[in-house]
Amino acid sequence: MSKDWPLWEVFIRARGGLEHRHAGSVHAPDAEMALHHARDTYTRRMEGVSLWVVKSADVVASDPEQAGELFEPAVSKIYRHPTFYDLPDAVKHM
Amino acid sequence: MNKHLFDYCLALGDDSLILGQRLCEWSGHAPTIEVDLSLSNLALDLIGQATLFLGYAGEIEGKGRDADKLAFHRDAEQFRNCLVVEQPNGDFGQTMARQLIYSSYQLALLERLVESADTRIAEIAAKAVKEVRYHVELASDWVIRLGAGTEESHARMSEGMDFFWRYYDDLFATDESERALIAEGIAADKQLVREEASATIHATLDKAGIAFPELPWQIGGGRTGRHTEHLSLILAEMQVLPRAHPEASW
Repeated sequence: MSKDWPLWEVFIRARGGLEHRHAGSVHAPDAEMALHHARDTYTRRMEGVSLWVVKSADVVASDPEQAGELFEPAVSKIYRHPTFYDLPDAVKHM
Repeated sequence: MNKHLFDYCLALGDDSLILGQRLCEWSGHAPTIEVDLSLSNLALDLIGQATLFLGYAGEIEGKGRDADKLAFHRDAEQFRNCLVVEQPNGDFGQTMARQLIYSSYQLALLERLVESADTRIAEIAAKAVKEVRYHVELASDWVIRLGAGTEESHARMSEGMDFFWRYYDDLFATDESERALIAEGIAADKQLVREEASATIHATLDKAGIAFPELPWQIGGGRTGRHTEHLSLILAEMQVLPRAHPEASW
């Protein structure tokens, strides 16, 4: 049965103000049942206050083969990290 | 001791306990791991409710019996649950049919008990009503999908519903003791509960393409301890360990 059901990616918002984060996936026949399954599988221990489900087939992923050209050029560009500035004491959270 | 109130809390607790135990039988056997978890969640909600209602019953009785003692050391004829909850799971369609019928009843009941003149009952109802709202939604969604699904799922869902109609009146049976509690504003009027539960079930069955039938010949007696043979069997399995080792703990 499960193999006939599409896979859905589950995202959970842990608390108000936080972003939804990927938690895992569930099989379900449609979107509404996917929400039920996500609720019953991933929020049993008060993990969240909001749920998203997205059909896994609708996720567009980058190709691992292209990791070289996509991600490696960033490695040598540490000046993009804003760590070279002296912050005034008044600025507490940056 | 208030015998009326004791009996009423036993009935509330026994319904949840027996249905919770029944649903646990699906653990490891449900069609998928997600459905397995769904059913276990329902079961745990119900067993939690049973613990609260039976615990309160024990306090009312005042003889030192706690929820465990009441759950594991009574015989079938001392149980006051309705007949619907003790029936076998059958296939998944039959299990969902029972869930739709029972949860619709329980939701209509709890929504009234939230206003109960007995504050303990009102508090337990307030906690349980949120759980049961979800049970109704889940059961309805499955009944609609199976009823409006394939030819086979429709047939099985219809058969599942048909299995339970003979126990429908039993859900709403009201004796003198309960009438006294209704007059005091403690218990809920089952006639109003019935109208609302039937409307909920009706709405779901409409979407599922299944008729809400003329009720067949009715079997009753659950609330007075006259049960079907299934209750003794489920109790035997549920109680064997605590009866063999009454003082055991972990």
